[in-house]
Amino acid sequence: MKTNKAKLIFNYTVLSIATIVSIFPFLWMIVSATNKSVDVTQGRLLPGAHLIDNIKNLLHSVELVPALFNSAKISILTTILSLIIASLAGYGFEIYRSKAKDIVFNILLLSMMIPFAALMVPLFKMFGSISQSFPLIGIDTMAAVILPTVTTAFLIFFFRQSTKMFPQDILEAGRIDGLSELGVFFKIYVPTMKTTYAAAAIITFMSSWNSYLWPLVILQSPENQTIPLLISNLGSSYSPDYGVIMTAIVIATLPVALIFFIMQKHFVAGMMGSVK
Amino acid sequence: MATPEKAIHGIARVPKKNIVNHKLKSTLIGWSFIAVAAISICLFYFYPMLKALILSFQSGTGMNLEFVGFDNYMRLFKDPTFLTTVKNTVIYLIVQVPVMILLALFLSVLLNNKTLKYKAFFRTAIFLPCVTSLVAYSVIFKYLFSQDGIINQMLMKLSIIAQPIEWLTDPFWAKITIIIAITWRWIGYNMIFYLSALQNIDESIYEAARIDGASPVQQFFKITIPNLKPIILFTSITSTIGTLQLFDEVMNITQGGPGNATMTISQYIYNLSFKYTPDFGYAATVSYVIVILIVLFSILQFKVAGDKQ
Repeated sequence: MKTNKAKLIFNYTVLSIATIVSIFPFLWMIVSATNKSVDVTQGRLLPGAHLIDNIKNLLHSVELVPALFNSAKISILTTILSLIIASLAGYGFEIYRSKAKDIVFNILLLSMMIPFAALMVPLFKMFGSISQSFPLIGIDTMAAVILPTVTTAFLIFFFRQSTKMFPQDILEAGRIDGLSELGVFFKIYVPTMKTTYAAAAIITFMSSWNSYLWPLVILQSPENQTIPLLISNLGSSYSPDYGVIMTAIVIATLPVALIFFIMQKHFVAGMMGSVK
Repeated sequence: MATPEKAIHGIARVPKKNIVNHKLKSTLIGWSFIAVAAISICLFYFYPMLKALILSFQSGTGMNLEFVGFDNYMRLFKDPTFLTTVKNTVIYLIVQVPVMILLALFLSVLLNNKTLKYKAFFRTAIFLPCVTSLVAYSVIFKYLFSQDGIINQMLMKLSIIAQPIEWLTDPFWAKITIIIAITWRWIGYNMIFYLSALQNIDESIYEAARIDGASPVQQFFKITIPNLKPIILFTSITSTIGTLQLFDEVMNITQGGPGNATMTISQYIYNLSFKYTPDFGYAATVSYVIVILIVLFSILQFKVAGDKQ
């Protein structure tokens, strides 16, 4: 009994330390957002009264609102397109299963091993070469940010795994009721798979909202910049105003953190779906 | 989206030859569900990889490229910056991935204790860093670890150190800072995987071991680790692929400095293509090194993990 208690105290101690280490940067970020830059450099760890000033300065010094809109547009569009494309494919691979399709599936999975750093130069050249004839999907456009990232083998895999558990009799019933194959997909499969879509949506949205390297490469004009680019620029300025920068980071992190807390269960389900 | 409809429509007009026709129809419908995804992955992954391969045999500035055979590959071995970035990336990999996996395993075992209270709180708190964007947390860490930053201030107040540590400007400590940052960001993520796998281990195995007199440490190495082998393999491969591509953190915490002491291969590719005078050919050559490293390390981990899968 005694050793059990000692063990439990050990558990609490270690977990508490881990919790403090995990949370401290967040607390520091939030507290700093309410303080003046000078106070932040002096190591002030108490909330101050400068949040409003910091927000005003932030809005004054950078194009925060347009960047938020750019990021929102890109992330929402990416999420919608990703879910449609990947779920159609995952469904197709599982429901219309054949040897040939399994081979194609395995080939597509290989793309998960390809590092983005290896793709960015040829992709940049690809979009550069079509910039002249199709300015709407060329360099420095939203389409160029979205297109290469919209289809991921991971998401196809994820939908296929979830489809494995799907009761196929329901689909047959739909067919007998006279639904077309696409009708079966949209009217029966999609509504039943709501939680899978939710998990896929949150994963895709978060990775798109946070994406940095490709937007950095392909977006050039300041009015097109996304939130990560804006924060990166703020962070590399020579005379940083810490209070203002932390305010920007708080604002950028808040939407994602909120979505995460609302949909925590789905997020974890999504992670687990990748290993089943 | 229009593809499946079109396929169905087109098939309907083919003269009816019953079974053969029906089979063809369902095959075509199946493929049309997959078409957009397959084409898009070919277009944005496989085709660029092929392009990169061709590029890696070319050299020149900007868009004026000519074939130079294996010159780029020869240049790799004589390029000190490249060799430094490979060394840095491998150091991150062999230090950070095992440390993170062991810590995550350790935390998940502590969390899996039946009598523990506030489990959900601990779990959420430790997972929280995964919500931040890589850029956002990198900027935060850059300021936390700056010369006069809060970390140094606290360490000095607690008299752990007498002089501020040069977290960002010393070649050794800058690497440590990067490793601390990545570990902070990803530990909770990995922990969640282990936690769910732990919950699937039958409690009676532990009970039997306890009756046989196995210590907690023995239980950890003889029961927990072997049972979690597949999930450890999975997380170590994803972490390896992630670390080999490391970019956002280094770019935003140290910008590769001091000198090139923290620069990664990905960042070097970026610099070669978009920062220095663009040399797309050589950048593509360097990028193939990452591909090769990913394949090598993945095979190695499968080998180490042994047998199945």
